[in-house]
Amino acid sequence: MSYVVEGIDLTQDYDVPGGMFGGAKTVRAVKGASFAVEKGKTLAIVGESGSGKSTLARIVTLIDHQSGGVLKIDGQEVDISKKRPDHTLRAKVQMVFQNPYGSLNPRQKVGDVLMEPLLLNTKLPAAERRARAEAMLTRVGLAPEHFNRYPHMFSGGQRQRIAIARALMLNPALLVLDEPVSALDLSVQAQVLNLLADLQEEFGLTYVFISHDLSVIRYIADDVMVMHKGDVVEQGSRDEIFANPKHPYTRQLFAATPVTDIEAIRQRVARRKALRSGQISA
Amino acid sequence: MALLNIRNLTVRFATSTGSFTAVDGIDVSVDAREVLAIVGESGSGKSVSMLAVMGLLPDTATVTADEMTFDGHNLLQMTAQERRRVIGREITMIFQEPIASLNPSFTVGFQIEEVLRLNLGLSHHAARARAIELFKAVGIPEPDAKIRAYPHQMSGGQCQRVMIAMAIATNPRLLIADEPTTALDVTIQAQILDLLMDLQEKHGMALILITHDMGVVAETADRVIVQYKGHKMEEADVLSLFEAPKSPYTRALLSALPENATGDRLPTVSDFFGAEGVSK
Repeated sequence: MSYVVEGIDLTQDYDVPGGMFGGAKTVRAVKGASFAVEKGKTLAIVGESGSGKSTLARIVTLIDHQSGGVLKIDGQEVDISKKRPDHTLRAKVQMVFQNPYGSLNPRQKVGDVLMEPLLLNTKLPAAERRARAEAMLTRVGLAPEHFNRYPHMFSGGQRQRIAIARALMLNPALLVLDEPVSALDLSVQAQVLNLLADLQEEFGLTYVFISHDLSVIRYIADDVMVMHKGDVVEQGSRDEIFANPKHPYTRQLFAATPVTDIEAIRQRVARRKALRSGQISA
Repeated sequence: MALLNIRNLTVRFATSTGSFTAVDGIDVSVDAREVLAIVGESGSGKSVSMLAVMGLLPDTATVTADEMTFDGHNLLQMTAQERRRVIGREITMIFQEPIASLNPSFTVGFQIEEVLRLNLGLSHHAARARAIELFKAVGIPEPDAKIRAYPHQMSGGQCQRVMIAMAIATNPRLLIADEPTTALDVTIQAQILDLLMDLQEKHGMALILITHDMGVVAETADRVIVQYKGHKMEEADVLSLFEAPKSPYTRALLSALPENATGDRLPTVSDFFGAEGVSK
């Protein structure tokens, strides 16, 4: 079985320079993460701030090189500290960030945003670049006439569509999505999640989906990896983890996530009523 | 009689392209000891209406209302001096970004003691003692030491606890919490919501909780107002809202929750209204 992306015991250390009151020290942000994702599947990484989930994303997207462990893309071992990734490898892995307001250059027209990856990584003629960008705009639910507009003219959801379109311009095999819907309103979030599901099916994309929102993960993930303070505390299929969370931290996450279950609301309202009538009669 | 009573509140902003109506004829009332959730997406005007009550809107905003009373006193016709006795004392507010809400140049102790000295006329010594008590009440560990900490030395959750301590320092009768847990991790969110509900019950405060999160609404509110683009879409007690939502917009919001997904696709608001958007 071949995997699109595989991590074997990945670790990441950051050196924290000494300050006025202490010497330099090393912080291990990821303490040995192993995972493998098949083509067309979604691995969700769940964790809170400081869990190391974004650090891991930076390793997978070839932005930072790991301190230890092995990263394989399409079965090939990759170590960017030894050899700079070439255009083919860069094209294979693309990323979508959390904040669609920060991840698009405000001075660049949307068309240029989409054509830039082609300009840098391919030798396609200008007319072909433009045609592909316009086609991609349509594909993500925007229109070709948006080509000459600037990012500020779009809503948050539309901007996230542009960021997704940019990531898809080079026909990547793997898309790393770092909290792609957490800055969006609920109704827009649903649209973007639907779009991601459609695109995955159409292009056979593999997703590494980072989120803190368990309800989003339950909807989109095939496999789930739970991280806490740099450790992978639990991993398995979505159904396994949601049906039977084993690690105390995973259980704590589930317990803390607010739910809209009618029965739970009914019980809470009844408890509150009882408490109040008790206080009034007392 | 309701503690806070607002009828036909409209807030307009003067912009370079003309007047923009952020809140359009909204009625809000909250009873003593009640938890009211105002829920909506960005642009629904949910924060703006409460900022209007607090008098925190910029000069470009025009606020009109047929009625805006707190405990029978007309907030619209008060002098600045009279308002100061109500706002920040009887009605207090906490915000989304706890770290940004605190002044980075002063210790958290100084900031809460300032509230106590100015509003309650406590001496420095008494204010320090009361501040430590309040820090204990909101669950800040080692309150004697933390009182000397600066905001950047504390986590987001702890800063929100400091904000809550400041907000309950004057024993207010109404606390307005504007997205108090949105910037926080989910386990910290659960702790902060528990704390707010606990304090609300203990002090018999009314609580207005502004949020976009239906889960938070489900776990805290007695009554709910759903807003969209400055209009009230629905008002109901919490159980009726989730069990039998009347407004198409509420139904759309609830079905857009990934946890309620039944098929492969999530229904979106446009599935309920078509492309032209929501009408009242």
